Amino acid sequence: MVRFLGFGAGLIFVIALLVGALMPREAAVEDPIKKIHLYPEAARWQQDGPLGMGVFGTYDRAQLQRGFQVYKEVCSACHGLERIAFRNLGALGFSEAEVKALAKAREVPSLDPQTGEPSTRPALPSDHWPSPYPNEVAARAANNNALPPDLSLIIKARPDGKRYVHSLLTGYDKPVPQGFEITEGLHFNPYFHSVAIAMARPLNDEQVTYADGTKATVDQMSMDVTAFLHWASEPELERRRQIGVATLIFLGILTVLAWLTYRKVWAGVAH
Amino acid sequence: MSFPWANHYEPKHPLMQWVDQRLPLPRLVYNAVGAGYPVPRNINYWYNFGVLAGVALMIQILTGVVLAMHYSAHVTTAFDSVEHIMRNVNSGWLIRYMHANGASFFFIVVYVHIFRGLYYGSYKAPREVVWMLGVVIFLLMMATAFMGYVLPWGQMSFWGAQVITSLFSAIPLVGEAVRTWLVGGFAPDNATLTRFFSLHYLLPFVILGVVILKIWALHIPGSTNPTGVDVKGPQDTLPFHPYFTAKDFVGICVYLMIFAAFVFFMPNSLGHPDNYIPANPLSTPAHIVPEWYFWPFYAILRAFTVNFLWIPAKLWGVIAMFAAIILLFFLPWLDSSRVKSTSYRPMYRIWFWVLVVDVLILAWMGGAPAEEPYVRISQIASAYYFAHFLIVLPLLSWFEKPLPLPNSIAESVLAKSGHRDDSTAPAAGAGHAGAAAAPAE
Ligand code: HEC
Ligand code: HEM
Repeated sequence: MVRFLGFGAGLIFVIALLVGALMPREAAVEDPIKKIHLYPEAARWQQDGPLGMGVFGTYDRAQLQRGFQVYKEVCSACHGLERIAFRNLGALGFSEAEVKALAKAREVPSLDPQTGEPSTRPALPSDHWPSPYPNEVAARAANNNALPPDLSLIIKARPDGKRYVHSLLTGYDKPVPQGFEITEGLHFNPYFHSVAIAMARPLNDEQVTYADGTKATVDQMSMDVTAFLHWASEPELERRRQIGVATLIFLGILTVLAWLTYRKVWAGVAH
Repeated sequence: MSFPWANHYEPKHPLMQWVDQRLPLPRLVYNAVGAGYPVPRNINYWYNFGVLAGVALMIQILTGVVLAMHYSAHVTTAFDSVEHIMRNVNSGWLIRYMHANGASFFFIVVYVHIFRGLYYGSYKAPREVVWMLGVVIFLLMMATAFMGYVLPWGQMSFWGAQVITSLFSAIPLVGEAVRTWLVGGFAPDNATLTRFFSLHYLLPFVILGVVILKIWALHIPGSTNPTGVDVKGPQDTLPFHPYFTAKDFVGICVYLMIFAAFVFFMPNSLGHPDNYIPANPLSTPAHIVPEWYFWPFYAILRAFTVNFLWIPAKLWGVIAMFAAIILLFFLPWLDSSRVKSTSYRPMYRIWFWVLVVDVLILAWMGGAPAEEPYVRISQIASAYYFAHFLIVLPLLSWFEKPLPLPNSIAESVLAKSGHRDDSTAPAAGAGHAGAAAAPAE
């Protein structure tokens, strides 16, 4: 009985599927954007480690500081970094005094202690990085109705995140393909999913002056700020890898011991 | 338990005797996973995956309970609370990455475990109930994982919930009402998040309960084995402890190593980047895909593109997706071949591997965008999936001429190892004195 009913049900499913498979398809509409869109270019950072395997790689502190400078002087005009508190910047190698100074230079929303009216005060190390706009409406109004996303998680929130952001920031020089129209207010960038992005080219050569004398090419600044954003997305990365190596060594030894025990227990037992 | 030659629990220490007479819990453990449970001596490493599934469940429960201490089930704070776990809670990133990857690993292990069961005929009499309880666990796991994925309230959480719950609206007449009732509104919102959290906390413990029932049911006939021949006497078995505790522990170590490699070095490789974007009901992601472990069933769902027999395509998809799992309940009666192990079924062996490849293709199609050629491939692959279980398997039981089976487990084992067995050593216990089966040569 079960087999009989099953056979019938199976036949119906199979026919329904095969009818669907045999139906002619409407010719797929060619998506012109798909042909222009480019995947991120290969690039490598110190934290990718030897062979890019990411097992032993650590952040380059000098690069993180340079990247932070790019973020602070360029990107922070439009993009927030809400998940990073000033105190977290100590991890980039800044001293406590430097962190305090960095915080103090920024104003955060507050209440006037006398009147209770909304006002601002200099930030403390425990404050988070203040958003450049008071709200989404203001952010869109200032950016041609586009919303600059918060960058705290951007590297994890895009496929192949580091390479994507680096390609995006350096991808403004590509020539617009013939016959491709860019809407007013948008900019051609083949790495963006729609190849027309509302963010104007943010980086130009020598836009920042690095304290360590590194030459501020667009490529250099882009690599640096991407490294910094990677840290912002994965501040635990180095510790995670350290513990990971220790865990694997421990488990490796345990596996060998378990194997030897198994061999001993089963010695002479046919199976 | 049901083996007359099983070792008996005899506590030596007075304290254990005292406990045993009042609460025979040590006895229960001894008989369930100790020296009191005889296991076919020839089971291979594929039989390790049941224990691994138990380990995976325990990892989920332990990490989940800790996550729940820091998680906040409200649409305005859920995403932030997960980032708080990642950044501020001590080792919070470790707990969360273990939980997120642990779910994937749980499914990997369970899929292997299910295919092991298919290969060795574990669903056949007298183990039908064991198999069906396994299918219940599989369904509960899918519900649990689906609801868990909604909790971080990222883009894929929200849109996955939107897509999956809207499946219910395909039910004629009452569909829309059922969906509204399940979701607690017209679209996923706070009411959805809080009920999913409540159920996500509850269901793993229901799973644990069913696991206990399943092991109980299993211990009556005991495990199958690669020959598919029933256990006939003491010479066919070894006590679970120390033989299989030692063997399974090796498997657990290897499993934990692979798990650790993912948790520590590529924790996001099995997840979707969009779930690091906070949920936004106003912005639909380009491709909404569920977690990878749902892909084979997601492919079946989307494979139905034509209205057929007055049933709309969408409803066909929903029916078929559920049918693809429900049919597993009937497997013990669909396959009437008496031979359990596929090693002795020359024709079914081929179809078995076709099924494995077919499910892998379905998984790939389920993760691909809904466009050609993927849709057509998933239609053919889905057709094979149903044909395999509902047409091929029942027919094969008639046509197929199985290979000759060994007379007993002991005989096949000795033929393979080609030497005399000396497991009658004292360590194996008195119950094994009968292992002097005829040597192979
Ligand atoms: C003048 C304002 C402005 C500045 C300065 C700016 N951006 Fe943007 N950015 C935007 C806007 C607006 C968008 C949204 C674009 C869209 O959705 O079309 C955006 C989007 C992005 C995106 C997301 C692209 C995606 O895939 O969605 C990234 C990454 C980004 N910016 C990085 C940066 C970095 C790094 C800097 C500093 C070097 C920077 N931006 C400086 C306005 C700005
Ligand atoms: C069958 C066992 C379980 C499975 C398969 C499972 C699966 C999942 C999945 C897939 C997620 C989403 C992870 C992410 O992407 O962030 C999740 C999140 C979560 N789970 Fe579970 N889970 C299980 C058991 C539990 C238990 C027992 C608890 C609580 C006691 C729990 C508490 C949580 C919490 C609080 C979250 C949200 C935090 C987060 O997203 O990381 N889980 N679960």
